[in-house]
Amino acid sequence: MQEQVGTLVREDPRPAKPAAGSRARQVARAAMGRWSLRSVALLYLGLMVALPTAAVVIRGFGGGLAALKEALDAPGAHQALMLSVGLAALTAVINAVLGTVVAYVLVRYRFVGRGVLSTLVDIPFAVPTLVTGVMLVALYGPNSLVGGFFIDHGFQIIFARPGILLALLFVTLPLVVRTVQPVLHQLDLAEEEAARVLGASRWVTFRKVVLPHLRSAVVAGGLLSFARAIGEYGAVVILSGNLLNKTLTAPVFIYQLISDFKPDAAAAVATLLFGLSFTLVLVTERLTRGRPA
Amino acid sequence: MSTQGELRPARLSAPTRKRLVHGGLIAVALVYVGTLVLAPLVGITWAATRAGWHTWSATFADPTARHAYVLTGVITLVTVVVTAILGVVVALVLSRDLFPGRGLLSAVADLPIAISPVIVGLMAVLLFGTGGWFESWFSARGIRILFAVPSIAIVTLFICIPFVIREVTPILQELGTEEEQAAKTLGATSLQTFFRVTLPNIRWGLLYGIALSTARAIGEVGAVVVVSGLIAGQTETATLFILRAFDQFHDETGYVVALTLAMVSIVLLAGIEIFKHREEKELSR
Repeated sequence: MQEQVGTLVREDPRPAKPAAGSRARQVARAAMGRWSLRSVALLYLGLMVALPTAAVVIRGFGGGLAALKEALDAPGAHQALMLSVGLAALTAVINAVLGTVVAYVLVRYRFVGRGVLSTLVDIPFAVPTLVTGVMLVALYGPNSLVGGFFIDHGFQIIFARPGILLALLFVTLPLVVRTVQPVLHQLDLAEEEAARVLGASRWVTFRKVVLPHLRSAVVAGGLLSFARAIGEYGAVVILSGNLLNKTLTAPVFIYQLISDFKPDAAAAVATLLFGLSFTLVLVTERLTRGRPA
Repeated sequence: MSTQGELRPARLSAPTRKRLVHGGLIAVALVYVGTLVLAPLVGITWAATRAGWHTWSATFADPTARHAYVLTGVITLVTVVVTAILGVVVALVLSRDLFPGRGLLSAVADLPIAISPVIVGLMAVLLFGTGGWFESWFSARGIRILFAVPSIAIVTLFICIPFVIREVTPILQELGTEEEQAAKTLGATSLQTFFRVTLPNIRWGLLYGIALSTARAIGEVGAVVVVSGLIAGQTETATLFILRAFDQFHDETGYVVALTLAMVSIVLLAGIEIFKHREEKELSR
């Protein structure tokens, strides 16, 4: 950086202090630059994000509670929402626990395969969600690598809830790990050593010393997982089989409403789902803000 | 540690227990991530390989498959260029410009993360579909948005908006404006300052954000399936091609295309890892 500023000096060897008239012009130009940047940012996010969101929310409330009730009374609607909420909650809890273990292992231990583990955790960020679903069908589906074994033992994964859960766990895996990891990095090992020297067991040390520092990060990661899982479509659509009342999730249900030309009902359910996940993301932002980066 | 051992004799010696706990936790992490992530990757590779050479050659000879790849490429390119340029503008405003409503702008920038892709598709239907807010304006000019390529680009853009903004904003905040002010004092114009001082400082974070949005744009399906109209060879992206293959019970073709997308994403991941590493190094300078 120093070199580049140096280059600028060589190109422009005039005195650093500009004349009074051009100073005023510079201030005006800076203000203009700030205003134009601000307008571009507001226009971009306003047109691309705020306006379409408003369209759904206005349409969703447009029919009033009657439209929402009608949409929820449709066959399978209630079950679809409950299934999505239940599976998303399960996903959040499992990932909060095991994701924290993975983060702990990645930060604290040095072992063969640590780099590979770290890379594997990031794979769900890169792999298309639909491909996630296809991969699970390829692995657990009928006439696949291990699917036959599970089906022979009366345990169906694909076209059943375990498959959906696996897909949701896959998609949300990095969220908890990558939220908890930086917090663990910053923890002062001296606190834990003090607890151990004073006679606390490994588990008590973790629970009483480490966990309080991690709590908001774990909760934030869990909430993000929940918000992501409740809206997931791509990973679920192929492997769930979309059976009414059984494996039909809320996003797939909304998709079906749109295909059936019921945009009002779709908007009503969408507003409900969106309100839930947006609140969660806002809470998460609160929890993670103020945490030193 | 040794005093504690004397005070409370344990069944196992302390080092042994320590090793057991370490080993156990590492095993849990490896088994969890292994079954969750690695096993499905092996599954798809096995399935696509078993599909045989004839499926591979037939898939790549299929004009609708080729068109799907090209469409995905074009949509991704448009998305990345727009979200990168305008994302940096938003990040500059969020980190430098303290105007009232900045918090709201930041919340709006995060919105796409909270919205299910299917709902993003619904938004496009409500805006550009029959009776939508903008439908009459565009149809009067003979421009087709819904069930055509423009709406696919719009929904993909919507979903990828947060990535660059979320990566670049914290870097700009950390950076401060000292170097930029120095450059300005030395007579550099705003553009010179941006390209010679600001951009080199944010490049790794920017590339990381771009890699994330590329991955997401290639893989987007939930929003696209709603708006595309699903016309093979016209409005069908690579992910929609996979969806159709499975709908028509051409599972093997689906496996082949899915594996190619997975391979592209693994290459992207390599980029993501490198950029993230560089970014972390830069931040901890």
